Amino acid sequence: MDLLTLLQVLDATVRLATPLLLACLAGLFSERAGIFDIGLEGKMLGGAFLSAAIAAVTGSVWLGLGAGIVAALLLSAIHGLASITFRGNQLISGVAINFFAQGLTVVIAQSWFGQGGRTPQLGDGSRFAGLTLPGAEALRDVPILGPIYYELISGHTILVYIAFLIVPLTWWVLYRTRYGLRLRAVGENPAAVDTAGVSVRGLRYSAIVICGVLTGIAGAQLATAEPAAGFIKDMTAGRGYIALAALIFAKWRPWYALFACLLFGFLQALELRPDLIQAVIGLRVQGQLLSALPYIMTVVILAGFVGKAIPPRAGGEPYVKER
Amino acid sequence: MTHLTKLLGASAALAISAGAALADPAIIYDLGGKFDKSFNESAFNGATMWADETGGSFAEVELQSDAQREQALRRFAEAGNNPIVMAGFSFETPLNEIAPDYPDTTFVIIDAVVDQPNVRSVIFNEHEGSYLVGVLAAMASETDTVGFVGGMDIPLIRKFACGYAQGVMATNPDATVVANMIGTTPEAWNDPAKASELTLAQISQDADVVYAAAGGSGLGVLQTAADEDIYGIGVDSNQNYLHPGQVLTSMVKQVDTAVYNAFSQGEDLETGLMVMGIENEGVGYAMDDNNADLISEEMMTAVDEAAAAINAGDIMVHDYTSDESCPAIDF
Repeated sequence: MDLLTLLQVLDATVRLATPLLLACLAGLFSERAGIFDIGLEGKMLGGAFLSAAIAAVTGSVWLGLGAGIVAALLLSAIHGLASITFRGNQLISGVAINFFAQGLTVVIAQSWFGQGGRTPQLGDGSRFAGLTLPGAEALRDVPILGPIYYELISGHTILVYIAFLIVPLTWWVLYRTRYGLRLRAVGENPAAVDTAGVSVRGLRYSAIVICGVLTGIAGAQLATAEPAAGFIKDMTAGRGYIALAALIFAKWRPWYALFACLLFGFLQALELRPDLIQAVIGLRVQGQLLSALPYIMTVVILAGFVGKAIPPRAGGEPYVKER
Repeated sequence: MTHLTKLLGASAALAISAGAALADPAIIYDLGGKFDKSFNESAFNGATMWADETGGSFAEVELQSDAQREQALRRFAEAGNNPIVMAGFSFETPLNEIAPDYPDTTFVIIDAVVDQPNVRSVIFNEHEGSYLVGVLAAMASETDTVGFVGGMDIPLIRKFACGYAQGVMATNPDATVVANMIGTTPEAWNDPAKASELTLAQISQDADVVYAAAGGSGLGVLQTAADEDIYGIGVDSNQNYLHPGQVLTSMVKQVDTAVYNAFSQGEDLETGLMVMGIENEGVGYAMDDNNADLISEEMMTAVDEAAAAINAGDIMVHDYTSDESCPAIDF
C-alpha cells in the first residue's frame, strides 16, 4: 500500500468521522450534564432534513445550516421539556424523538417537494464545497508532507474543520471554565450544585441547547456538505447510535471522543476498500465484520475489559429539588 | 320505521358503491418509496399511465417497514382490489402465504417467483441489460477500470453485478471491475452518504465509470460521479436526466410496462411466470438527448450487436441467481 492510497483511506476516515464526532460531542455535553440522549439520531435526521430543504429552497447553504440547527434545537427542546421540566424518563423521550423525526421528516418532505420524502438534489452553491487550504497546490509536490497536506488536511468542507476545532473548545469549556465545572458537577451531584445556589435546570437546559446546535451541524454535514447533495429518508442510517457507542468508548472525554470517532471512521473507511485489506493481510475480511466492530469494541469496553467506562453519576435521573 | 328504511337504504347504497370500487387494481411499493427515481417510481409511472389512459383509478400504498407487507396485502385483498401488483422481491414470502387465502384475487409480483395458481411472477433478465451497459462502460472507460455499487447485498443485486462484469470483460478482457455493496440491511437502499464514499473509494482505485444498482442510494453514486467528472450509470428507470452529460446511460427495466400490462389485463390476466428480457424489450439501455454525445457510433454498433447476439442465443449471459456464482467476478 503506497502513501497515496493510505492518504485516500485517511481522507475518507476524516469525512466519515465528522458527523460521528459532532454527534458524539453533542452527546458528551448532554450526558455530562446528566441528561442521557438516545435521540442523537433523530436530531441529526431533523437537522439533515431542514438544512437540505432550506438550502434547496433558498439556494443558500448557510441559511440551510441555520435551519438545520433550528430543527435540531426544536427536537432538543422537546427532550428538555420532557426530561428536565416534567422529569420524564430520558431514554423514552430520546426514543420518541427518534421515531418522531423519522416520520415527520418524510411527511413534511413529501408534502413540500412531492418527491417521496426526499429533498431535490442540491446543485453547486447550495451545498458546502471542499476548501483548498492556502498553499495546498503549491506544496503538493513536496515529498511526503506535500501530499499529506494536500490530500488529507486540505480539501474538506468547512464543517469538517469546525467539527475538529470543537474538540479543543469542548475540552477548554469543560475543564477550564467555571461553566464547565458546574456542568460536570450537575451530572455527578446536582444537589451539591443546587446547594451552591446554581440553577440545575438552567445548566441542563444549556447543555441541551449545545447538544442541539452540534447535532444540527452534524445533520447539515450529512445532507449538504460534499459529497452529499440532499436529504433522503432515514439517511442518518444509525450514525447517532454509533456516536453514542463512541461516547461510551471515549469514557465521556472530549479528546478520547476524537480518537474514538476517528477509529470508528477508519473502520468504516476500511470497509469501503476490501481490496486493500486483502492486499495487506492476505485474507478476505467480510465488510459486515468491519461494520460490526465499533459495536463489538463498545461491548468489550462496557464489560470492563479495557478499563472501566463510568457514566456521569446522576445521568438519567431527573433532579427533584426537595424530597 | 322510516329511519330504519333510510338506514338500510343508505347501507345498501354504500355496499353498491363499495362494490363499484371492487375491481380497482392496487399496487404496493417497496421500502425505497414511490418516488425513488428508480424501481418504485417506474412502477408508479406504469400505474399512472394506465390511469391516464383508461380514466380508471387504483389503490396504492407505500410501505414504511417490512412488517407491513402482509398487512398491506391482506387489506387490499379484503377490500376486493384486483389485481394486486407488488413491486419488489421482498414480497415473496408473505405472498406465498397469503395467495392461497384469496383464490379469487390475482396477484402480480415483480422481481420474484411465487408458484401459486393465482400469481403472475414477473422477472426481468437484469443480467442481460447489465451486460449491455457493461459493454458501454468498458468502451467508455479510459483507465480500463470500471466500478459497480450495489445496494443491499442480495442475490438479485449480485445478478446485476455479474451481468455487468461479463459485459465489461467480454468487451475488454484486460479491464478490472471493482464491485462493492453498500450494506446488508434495507438501510443500504437509503444511505447516499456511504454510496458517495464508496464511489470515491472506487475512483481512487482508478474507476472512471460507475454503475449504481442501489435504489435511493444510487443518487449518491451518480452525484459523486458527476462531481468528480467521471461517468455514472443509472438503473431501473432512465436516470440520464439527473446529471446530463455525466450519466453514460441507464439500465432500464420496464417495470412500468409490467405494471401497465397487469392493470390493463385486469382481473383476467394470465398467471404464471413471465420473463422480461432483451427479446421483449423488458430490459435495455437508455438513450436520449442527455447522453447522445457520450455514446459514439462505434459503441452503439457494439452494444446493438451484443443485444442481437443475446437475442439469438449466441451470447449466453450467466445468471448469478441460477447457481449463486459468477464467472466474471468474485464477491
